[in-house]
Amino acid sequence: MSILIDKNKCVGCGRCSLVCPGSLIKLDENKRAYIKYPKDCWGCTSCIKECKAYAINFFLGADIGGMGGRVHTEENGDILKWVIDSPESGISVINIDRKESNKY
Amino acid sequence: MNINTQKLQTDILIIGGGTAGCYAALTIYENSPELNVLICEKAHIKRSGCLAAGVNALNAYIVEGRKPQDYVDYARKDADEIVRGDLLLTMSEKLNSVTEKLEKLGLVILKTENGKYVARGNRNLKINGENIKPILADAVGKLPNTKVINRINITDLALKNNKVIGAYGIGIENNIFYVIEAKAVLVATGGAAGLYKPNNPGFSRHKMWYPPFNTGAGFAMGIKAGAEMTTFEMRFIALRCKDTIAPTGTLAQGVGAKQVNSLGEVYEQKYGLTTSERVYGTVSENLAGRGPCYLKTEGITAEQDDSLIKAYLNMAPSQTLKWIESGKMPSQQNVEIEGTEPYIVGGHTASGYWVDTRRRTTVRGLYAAGDVSGGCPQKYVTGALAEGEIAASAIIDDIKNIDLENVDEHEETAYKTEAENFLTEKNTPFTAEQLEEAMQTVMDSYAGGIKTSYRFNEKQLEIADEKIKKLFILSEELYAKDLQELMYIYELRERLIVCRSVIAHLKARKETRWHSFAENLDYPKKSDDFKKYINSKFENGEIKIIYRDLIKEGEDFEHFNR
Ligand SMILES: Cc1cc2nc3c(=O)[nH]c(=O)nc-3n(C[C@H](O)[C@H](O)[C@H](O)COP(=O)(O)OP(=O)(O)OC[C@H]3O[C@@H](n4cnc5c(N)ncnc54)[C@H](O)[C@@H]3O)c2cc1C
Ligand code: SF4
Ligand code: SF4
Repeated sequence: MSILIDKNKCVGCGRCSLVCPGSLIKLDENKRAYIKYPKDCWGCTSCIKECKAYAINFFLGADIGGMGGRVHTEENGDILKWVIDSPESGISVINIDRKESNKY
Repeated sequence: MNINTQKLQTDILIIGGGTAGCYAALTIYENSPELNVLICEKAHIKRSGCLAAGVNALNAYIVEGRKPQDYVDYARKDADEIVRGDLLLTMSEKLNSVTEKLEKLGLVILKTENGKYVARGNRNLKINGENIKPILADAVGKLPNTKVINRINITDLALKNNKVIGAYGIGIENNIFYVIEAKAVLVATGGAAGLYKPNNPGFSRHKMWYPPFNTGAGFAMGIKAGAEMTTFEMRFIALRCKDTIAPTGTLAQGVGAKQVNSLGEVYEQKYGLTTSERVYGTVSENLAGRGPCYLKTEGITAEQDDSLIKAYLNMAPSQTLKWIESGKMPSQQNVEIEGTEPYIVGGHTASGYWVDTRRRTTVRGLYAAGDVSGGCPQKYVTGALAEGEIAASAIIDDIKNIDLENVDEHEETAYKTEAENFLTEKNTPFTAEQLEEAMQTVMDSYAGGIKTSYRFNEKQLEIADEKIKKLFILSEELYAKDLQELMYIYELRERLIVCRSVIAHLKARKETRWHSFAENLDYPKKSDDFKKYINSKFENGEIKIIYRDLIKEGEDFEHFNR
């Protein structure tokens, strides 16, 4: 899997670039983020959780069965809202309370 | 490109600000707040290493009614005897105190109404582990005498009179050659991924289980410095959800999903239930023509679906995406499983530095904790924290009468020149990426990768070693046009060094004790002659194998007389 960055939404804060464990995201000359090494993405979603502009989505590569769905998160206090937009199933929203443990 | 030298001095250098490294810094501050600590981290400690995406449970905890010795017994059985009793017991004794500390720092752990942790099985606790790394990083950020430098790739240890007195590193975003002098060095760089061809070598090549950015640097620098290493032949192969390589434990333990083949037969009892047997069973069913294999989730409730969707978002969100975009929930479709490529990781199996009971390596001044440290499998998060604490307390005791030493000028110049050479433009047909692919192909084909269903014979291992040696020579001519490419060259070379050790160890264990993890077709049976540790040391360009007798709990094992 890898990520897509929407240049029109990016405000150039650089937070995604800061946290990426593979140092894969850079800022271009206009201070817009881009992923320089898309094949090296681990899919950890660290960058996505940092982006307050919701400019970053992740997707599954076609080689691992990806069907074009994409995911981003929106943070609101303890709630991490996961927004999944998929061609087949439309938009699903899943709210996760960071103060709540996994059931499993 | 020019690189400038910057010299730094500290009491204690921690290489790798991951799980074990962060906890070691916390321990040092709690016990000796006057000591200066420098953490050098290749990424950024907020989201680096194994914990970046979050974890789904605490896999190592002593639940009510159990004792630390029970955990030792479990790990020993799973590894079929080849474990260090002293290391396992000292770790197990700390699992619960580090857990309480984690909770105090902010980790959410599921509790009953009367405030007791809710156990998952005999050893696990249920948590929300999505933000476990930011929690640790925050705590480290508050320590007054701990300094963190992010985006510095530590490449080598500084040695003088067979003692480690610091380390060398190169900035990933600034062209600085760091020379660090320290009274003690803790290596906590995690294990090694990317040695073997991954499940999906194309676009999603890095969609692997273990972090692709943990490249075995800590192993390689130790090997080069002459440290003794142990059990590199006990490779870790994970059983994972196909494609997303997401963990399966949550399905198996959470909703009790059994392993079934394509005929719907439950096959796990047939092969046994240790970690390696579960992988072997799946491989064997596939070889017998009864693949693919699945975790049987069909028929679980909608409520269970819902909990799984959430649990996976907290640790492996790609699996949730897969369920949702395919429109098929686990209750409607079994989850296909497969074995991953082999990793070298001392937190799951027992590969790593040969340490004494207090996590001192065989080179003075150097300590090891977490996935880089050997002999103590099934560490997981809490075990890595425990080892960080144990190593930190040894360091505090050991450095009392030690002074800083200056690094050897020749050594410093040699390492800087090496980096400058890679940065000097040359006409070479190869890139680090090409040689990495070549290395993974060699390991896959000749050293028991996915391609051969993890099996190998001695002839193949000899071929593998020949080829890996040649790739190392080719890597000397690589050219990096920027600092990131320079890091990739170092990573490749680290992996090649680790590969050679893995091959030598696989060759030295002339038996098959663990199916799949080390499946030697020339010696398909287990043998009592190999109820021993296989250790190794790099001397004059060759890997020397050392066989050592098993060490039991209760022993206080030391390398030297102090
Ligand atoms: C995907 C995944 C899920 C897991 N889930 C669970 C779970 O649910 N429960 C559980 O108990 N355990 C789990 N584990 C195991 C557990 O997370 C690890 O065993 C443990 O975190 C390892 O800690 P560590 O400190 O050794 O390594 P890490 O935490 O990975 O730390 C190593 C650090 O070293 C840095 N580094 C590497 N090379 C260099 C270098 N050359 N210079 C400077 N820095 C460097 C890395 O960037 C990283 O920050 C999981 C592991 C993985 C990979
Ligand atoms: S975090 Fe979002 S807004 Fe900030 S640089 Fe990255 S993509 Fe742009
Ligand atoms: S998902 Fe993780 S590895 Fe991939 S770009 Fe984002 S932070 Fe980096």
